[in-house]
Amino acid sequence: MISVYHYMSVAAILFALGTFGVLTRRNAIVVFMCIELMLNSVNLTFIALSSHLQNMDGQVFVLFVMTVAAAEAAVGLALMIAFYRNRESIDVDQINMLKW
Amino acid sequence: MEIIFFYLVALIVVISGILVVRCQSPVNSALALVNTFFCLAIYYVMLRAPFMAAVQIMVYAGAIMVLILFVIMLLNLGTEAKKRYTQGIVWSSLASLLLLVNVVYFLKRGQVTDSVGDITAYTVQSFGHTELIGKALFTEFLLPFEIASILLLVAIVGAVVLAKKDV
Repeated sequence: MISVYHYMSVAAILFALGTFGVLTRRNAIVVFMCIELMLNSVNLTFIALSSHLQNMDGQVFVLFVMTVAAAEAAVGLALMIAFYRNRESIDVDQINMLKW
Repeated sequence: MEIIFFYLVALIVVISGILVVRCQSPVNSALALVNTFFCLAIYYVMLRAPFMAAVQIMVYAGAIMVLILFVIMLLNLGTEAKKRYTQGIVWSSLASLLLLVNVVYFLKRGQVTDSVGDITAYTVQSFGHTELIGKALFTEFLLPFEIASILLLVAIVGAVVLAKKDV
């Protein structure tokens, strides 16, 4: 029988993978995709616990997480296009104009 | 039988997650990410949440991935950007391993309570998952729902303003 721990272990592995990608990748779009991976692992946790607790609240929360992810995708990708116009690259190492 | 299927999907989801992180080309990463989304949709079906699986495929694997692929196509990065595509592997893998160990430790230590709600497999089958979600969304979560619509409006306006050539 599949317990809720199985699903949460898969979600933990996915979250760690997403963290690894965010920390290592230089391409801003791939960093963005890794953030989506982390959001999805959290969604899996929500739905697994919601199904385990036989409660609807977690799934409604997943809907809101998806809304925020969609908004983030629109704004984040527009930011990348604006940055690419200025610097001709989307390397995260070069996004330091506000640093000093 | 079900547990074998679970492990098979888990294997696919972890492998495509690794591919998302490690693929050199962003397009390959995006395709692996679509694979991950589909596997998570399979999990949602197994968790008796078919509406969330449909939304996952439509919103994530449909809309967001199309947006990401469009931006990859628009930016058209050169080959020199592909040569140095990672940095700080050692410290990052240490950090994410630490995170994983931490999460697994708390998973082992914690205890999930027994079921407290009334949404059983029977109610999901008799009422339909969409109806249950809709009832929760439009009664109990009405204010967050409206705030989410405002958030989407702000995101649309923000994206248009940011992506314009001269503001």
